Amino acid sequence: MECVFGMVGKGFALVVADTSAVNSILVHKSNEDKIMVLDSHKLMGASGEAGDRAQFTEYVQKNVALYQYRNGIPLTTKAAANFMRGELATALRKNPYMVNIVLAGHDKETGPSLYFIDYIATLHKVDKAAFGYGSYFALSMMDRHYHPNMTVDEAVKLADQCIEEIRSRLVVAPQNFVIKIVDKDGAREHSWRRTTKD
Amino acid sequence: MKLDFSGLESSAPLYGGNNGLLCDGFSDAPSFDLPVTSDFDGFQKNSIQMVKPAKGTTTLAFIFKEGVMVAADSRASMGGYISSQSVKKIIEINPYMLGTMAGGAADCQFWHRNLGIKCRLHELANKRRISVTGASKLLANILYSYRGMGLSVGTMIAGWDEKGPGLYYVDSEGGRLKGTKFSVGSGSPYAYGVLDSGYKYDMTIDEAAELARRAIYHATFRDGASGGVASVYHVGPTGWTKLSGDDVGELHYSYYPVEPAIVEQEMTEAIVA
Repeated sequence: MECVFGMVGKGFALVVADTSAVNSILVHKSNEDKIMVLDSHKLMGASGEAGDRAQFTEYVQKNVALYQYRNGIPLTTKAAANFMRGELATALRKNPYMVNIVLAGHDKETGPSLYFIDYIATLHKVDKAAFGYGSYFALSMMDRHYHPNMTVDEAVKLADQCIEEIRSRLVVAPQNFVIKIVDKDGAREHSWRRTTKD
Repeated sequence: MKLDFSGLESSAPLYGGNNGLLCDGFSDAPSFDLPVTSDFDGFQKNSIQMVKPAKGTTTLAFIFKEGVMVAADSRASMGGYISSQSVKKIIEINPYMLGTMAGGAADCQFWHRNLGIKCRLHELANKRRISVTGASKLLANILYSYRGMGLSVGTMIAGWDEKGPGLYYVDSEGGRLKGTKFSVGSGSPYAYGVLDSGYKYDMTIDEAAELARRAIYHATFRDGASGGVASVYHVGPTGWTKLSGDDVGELHYSYYPVEPAIVEQEMTEAIVA
């Protein structure tokens, strides 16, 4: 039931995630932020099992910060993605983390980038990505309407179309969504799409 | 094969016996041997399945203007048998923090007691009280490390620290959620209904206590695994206080008193000729 998707535009990358924390039929919380700000110019939208999601994303965040303290320069998005994939791969055949991640980042030299990281440590650099039941609707919407070098307004409009499609077609659709954006000025929250107040 | 008990270790080494020239001074983690069975995975799976349906309870907690209100029922059930009507499901971790119990009673009691120890050690080491955020994170990390091993804990940590009232939901799957309103247990959907419709941030302590009590009552009315006594606690800036403990059967008749029925026709004795 969790939906996370993202896309790359002109000079920025966008990540959208639902904000519900669910336990079988109960919605415990509908404003849980699942898009973690990894560092000043990286966003990580994660979906998966409750404990794994929080623990793995915090582990990655602290290690990324440690690299920066030790070496004086931040990791590139590509390096962070490969680090994450390495950790998932090492744990896979012992104690796997059941987390799917969409990593969005902006580097000065290479511009915006988006990485799709599966729970079985698959890594792909992509223009658009989606996880969860919402991916069935979001992926085809993005395939149809996405074009390279979209502006922020066009990308947010596409994200809204995906959210509308998820809301109308998914049997138990999440109530609220959060949109976060990363560009040369950093990673930040863009807006929320709410149907309930919490 | 030995289980790892490093979560239980205190910071001082327990045994000095291993200190020698070859040892760096750290003792082994305390451990015990696991039961000998031909199928350990099956044994583990069965023990997890045995504990799984056991979150037969209703507990709730919410933050409002005057602090945190915490309430729970007191029934313990084993399948269809009610084993106790007087279980203490609100655990006093320390004078300003409470934990609620749902799931395995032993698991909840033990790990809350352990959490109380760790909180006290933090206080002594840092000369200030631990925050609710910190306490819940300690518990969540311990439970996460035992993930998949059959612990059954669905708890809420409620307290008052320097930042004001704090409420976290922590469970044995490793999840930890910060929030203003939670209910845990088999009766929780029923309690949520009453809680959500009656909740306002600006309530007095009495109004909030009545809301909590009513929510527990309605959950015990519909859920067979909840019942007994509805206990209500309040956590304020000076710590927690127990506000009430009412038997839910008596609450039923105080909310819905029996009206004398209007008799339409009285039966009279048949006249025997």
